[in-house]
Amino acid sequence: MTSFDAIVIGGGHNGLTAAATLAKSGRKVLVLEAASEIGGAARTEEFAPGFRAAPAHLLNRLHPEVVKTLELERHGLALGPIAPSVALSRDDKPLTLHGAYGESLSGASASEAAAWQELRAQLLRYAGILKPLLARRPPELGNMSLMETSAFAMTGLSLRRLGKEDMRDFLRMLLMNVSDVADEHLDDDRLKGLLAFDATLGSHLGPRSPTSLLGLYYRLAGEFGRQPGAQALPAGGMGAVVAAILRAAKAAGVSIRADAPVARILAEKGRAAGVALDSGEEIRARTVVSAINPHSTFLDLVGTREIDTGFVRRIKNIRMKGDAAKLHLALDRPPEFSGVDAAGHRGRLVIAPSSDHVERAFNPAKYGEFSPEPVMEITLPSLSDPTLAPDGACVLSAVVQYAPYALKEGWEAGKPKFLAAIMARLELYAPGIGRLVRHAELLTPADLEARYRMPGGHWHHGELQADQMMMSRPAFGAAGYDTPVEGLFLCGAGSHPGGGVSGVPGLNAARRIIEMRG
Amino acid sequence: MPKTAVKPVTEQAIVQPLHSPAQLHFRTLRLDTPFQPRIDAAMKTNDWYDWGGYRAPASLWDEELEYFAIRSQAALFDISPMTKYRIEGPDAESFLNRLTLRDVTKLKTGRVHYTAWCDDEGFVLDDGTLFRLAPNRFRLCCQERHLPWLLDSAIGFDVTVTEETEVVAALALQGPTSFAILREAGFEGVERLKVFDLAEFAHEDGSVTISRTGFTGDLGYELFVETRLALSLWDRLWQAGELRGIRAIGYTALNRARLEAGLIVANADFVTAEHAIRADRVRMPDEIGLGFMVDLEKGHFNGRRAIAEARAKGRLRHVLVGLEIEGNIPAEHAIVYHRKKKEVGLVSAAIWSPMAKRNIALASLERPYGDSITDDLWVEIYAMRELKYERLMKRAKVVQRPFIKLDRRTASPPAEF
Repeated sequence: MTSFDAIVIGGGHNGLTAAATLAKSGRKVLVLEAASEIGGAARTEEFAPGFRAAPAHLLNRLHPEVVKTLELERHGLALGPIAPSVALSRDDKPLTLHGAYGESLSGASASEAAAWQELRAQLLRYAGILKPLLARRPPELGNMSLMETSAFAMTGLSLRRLGKEDMRDFLRMLLMNVSDVADEHLDDDRLKGLLAFDATLGSHLGPRSPTSLLGLYYRLAGEFGRQPGAQALPAGGMGAVVAAILRAAKAAGVSIRADAPVARILAEKGRAAGVALDSGEEIRARTVVSAINPHSTFLDLVGTREIDTGFVRRIKNIRMKGDAAKLHLALDRPPEFSGVDAAGHRGRLVIAPSSDHVERAFNPAKYGEFSPEPVMEITLPSLSDPTLAPDGACVLSAVVQYAPYALKEGWEAGKPKFLAAIMARLELYAPGIGRLVRHAELLTPADLEARYRMPGGHWHHGELQADQMMMSRPAFGAAGYDTPVEGLFLCGAGSHPGGGVSGVPGLNAARRIIEMRG
Repeated sequence: MPKTAVKPVTEQAIVQPLHSPAQLHFRTLRLDTPFQPRIDAAMKTNDWYDWGGYRAPASLWDEELEYFAIRSQAALFDISPMTKYRIEGPDAESFLNRLTLRDVTKLKTGRVHYTAWCDDEGFVLDDGTLFRLAPNRFRLCCQERHLPWLLDSAIGFDVTVTEETEVVAALALQGPTSFAILREAGFEGVERLKVFDLAEFAHEDGSVTISRTGFTGDLGYELFVETRLALSLWDRLWQAGELRGIRAIGYTALNRARLEAGLIVANADFVTAEHAIRADRVRMPDEIGLGFMVDLEKGHFNGRRAIAEARAKGRLRHVLVGLEIEGNIPAEHAIVYHRKKKEVGLVSAAIWSPMAKRNIALASLERPYGDSITDDLWVEIYAMRELKYERLMKRAKVVQRPFIKLDRRTASPPAEF
């Protein structure tokens, strides 16, 4: 039997990135995926005959270091054009953000466009300060290496370089809510609604919740094609991105096994020794890397016997109840959103008419109810990649909020009602869309939990809020990818910096392992 | 559902604490123990102190004579305020093995061991005694309250943890005639108990658990009984002890005996991790003389990683030692010096020992003092004499604990006296 230096649990994009990076360093690496297909929440699956989609549908933060390290372009990663964002409106024409997060606007007044340029520049400048922190391993408090200290000092320096006034504003705004920031600069409800939506997407926050601006910084710290804030619909769907990473991993010599759910991480005297599969098979390795949820990793696979009580407490307290549902529609033909041009249909369509509307959509979620008028971001991936749908037909993919994981009435009863609420919203913006639906698949957080093994159905594998970021992500004691169990590392979205198709947790974890000679 | 499917967050087990009467503590600022009527009747000095929220006697009639009751007769001491947990279930053993420092698999049913437990950083949360009442049932006794820590430690184990401080009354019967009294009281077979053994005996319509344990370094027993049978147990012992010199005692006398036996008290001789406010006050087991408990070979336990690392990297900064100090003035809370100049530690407890006929103390020193450097140590005693401090610089010698060793403590069968 082949022996491995490292076993990676979970074949999502972060697991594959870590595996490929480790294999490139000369280690023999095995990836174990529980599902029959590789890719995690980035895998493209058929949801109706001839129609395919993936939960993750936009590329806006795949890190250039990951692309470079894994030579993804050589392995077939084809990056499509930058996609616009269209803020839909019922009372008005849609407002379109062209280029990288609104380099130019159409549909806005001249004064609003000017105000936006100023705010956009400011937001990107501030996101740029945070960007290095969101790319590197978080600093270890009280135990910083010279490298880390100097990297931290560089952030301080870049803050200083902003100038006094800008630095003051950066610090003033850091923990503000997105709604107040938008109100300081803008008048247009469509634009403010879009910012409110983007800042709160994937988190249990409304635009008026304190710190909600951080979510927008997180979004803007991502880039596409070297352009901060830019986004694209990947050619071939998100599955093509995974396929490129998979090819890179295989080329580096990574062995991959699907249908191989891990039952336990073997620990001997505080050290990881390998894994035991559901089948009973045991595979031993010096290093075990978990790309799955931190809660599942420690409480289910390692087990509380092998870790300390204080650490169990911290892991148990990670907040990870998702609020985002995923909608896939198989449509007879492409829908028509009122007032949106062809280019707009190939972009990202956002239904978030105002910041107030997003806030009102959030309110019921606090009390375990879904939004009666949900907000959503919609893409039509088959317009950019016809292979995703039968000839002439169309795939609609939407992330919809707010759909609280722990719905009071239960999702079995709530799901048809929530679907009806979503369809009612869609009908308002794309009249006649209801008649085109051949099949609808709505994945509530409960569905996402079961299908993609995401506890709480949370795609970040842990709320991405100030108290669960940086050295507190996923929890103190495991924030630097290494964990209290020697030889066990984390490399998934639950680790710093967080979720989205970035590859950063995977890459950072692999680098940490190499640094620690794991 | 496959075995490894993610368990929905809402279905994950929450360990429910049983409602405890202690939650209503604010209604009575100092509680009475089940033995209070008897103690109140014996109380002559009105010398009370607060033991974990209970009204407990510091002395009852004469602290000197109470001490000598321990050493030459039999002393009855109410230990009901001691914190007690019932730990039960198929995983009780593995739960306790992960919680505490010693190897619980080596603790047989009907046996007791002295142990301690630590937080993640390896700092001692408390020390206490663990009673194995049945293969899957234990009692943990200690100084401080730990229910939240125990419940969180139970996550992932098939075990229930119940606070039973209020529902179990307990007495310590210590001293040379203690065995004779128990036999006289009709606890048949009690002579078979060796040190650290326990067994159950009939009492009224219930039972009493008697262990050959104690906090005096003398021949002695501890008795645990449900509260409704508390007074009848007291009376049974009292009657049987009439001709064997049984006396009720308070903590001052017990404290002398425990110091002679070299035993430490949490939050007196060291600060427990959850009580320490200052970062440098916490202690690892090796720093308070409990290093012998640490079993790195038994598998994982709380603090294992931190303790192993501190040992490997030589990060143990303190040491707890027994001191013999010249003269006869107790050096309580005196500063310890090296060469009369350099401050190296503090005395946490000190007495003139009537049994050892020596001036003894427990002290916490900063390594290497007390560890590799043990010569030329001094303590500075401030003795208040009619509104004036007499400052004494006395030579101190590091000595072995216990300060006294009594053969009768371990003799089996125990002697009658």
